[in-house]
Amino acid sequence: MAAEQNEQHIVSYGKLIAVWAVLLALTSLTVWISRLHLGVNRVWGSLAIASCKGGLVIAFFMHMRYEGRLLRWVLFVTLATLSIFIGVTFFDVLYR
Amino acid sequence: MTGPHHQDHAGAKLGMWLFLATEVILFGGLFLLYAVYLARYPHEFATAGREMHLVFGTVNTVILITSSLLAAMAVTAIQRDESKTAVRCLGGTVFCGAFFLCNKYFEWSAEIGHGIYPNSSRLATGSPGESVFFSLYYLTLGLHGLHVLIGTALLAVVAVRVQQRTIHASNYALLENSALYWHLVDLIWIFIFPLYYLLL
Repeated sequence: MAAEQNEQHIVSYGKLIAVWAVLLALTSLTVWISRLHLGVNRVWGSLAIASCKGGLVIAFFMHMRYEGRLLRWVLFVTLATLSIFIGVTFFDVLYR
Repeated sequence: MTGPHHQDHAGAKLGMWLFLATEVILFGGLFLLYAVYLARYPHEFATAGREMHLVFGTVNTVILITSSLLAAMAVTAIQRDESKTAVRCLGGTVFCGAFFLCNKYFEWSAEIGHGIYPNSSRLATGSPGESVFFSLYYLTLGLHGLHVLIGTALLAVVAVRVQQRTIHASNYALLENSALYWHLVDLIWIFIFPLYYLLL
């Protein structure tokens, strides 16, 4: 695993700019969707788009796509903790 | 057998990711508060949300995404030993950070001018839901703004050190970790933007 982590992956400028263009497109999409009257779907739609954008930032800008197993686990455990945190709170709040 | 330098680099990056994990939980807590109060006061949140300036929010989103691109390009540049490009990219990131904070200054001035600030007479006499919305707004965006300020200062220091050649292709952990911090600032904004500016 050590060897896996020591490899320095260089992400080309072209790839980074492509990711940036997709992020801007998703930003326009989310602003456009928010102006439509979609009711509660708007909340889930906005959060889904935000998650896609977040995923792109983590994968390419933060190089997670090229990292070893250890850092992927750190990320996974963090997000899992946050999900449990949110899920259990709502389980309490919604069914009081 | 791996050299001592590489060991350091991997360790520094792991330490940074562990720190970023605590930051995610910190802001996650604030998003959770937002979600719980949104469920409790949906109408008050909708009324309060209409006071938000969509233009400021959208412009700041574009600025932060662009600054994140420049920070990522600075990492690529230093890996390829193109110091000049790295300095230029970092300069661009710092400029974007400062631009973001200027927008924040004008946005908050306008809101405070309209009597929207914690414990203002308008909020104190208004509905509790609205007051909660703006308290969370100032707390979350204030904490995020503080991160922008710290990140901008950090990247400015890194840019100077790249210029002085103390950060270079075989020793760039500080640049990489500062860029990671900056991407986290961007990542948090990606969630703040829909929650505070778009949903309501």
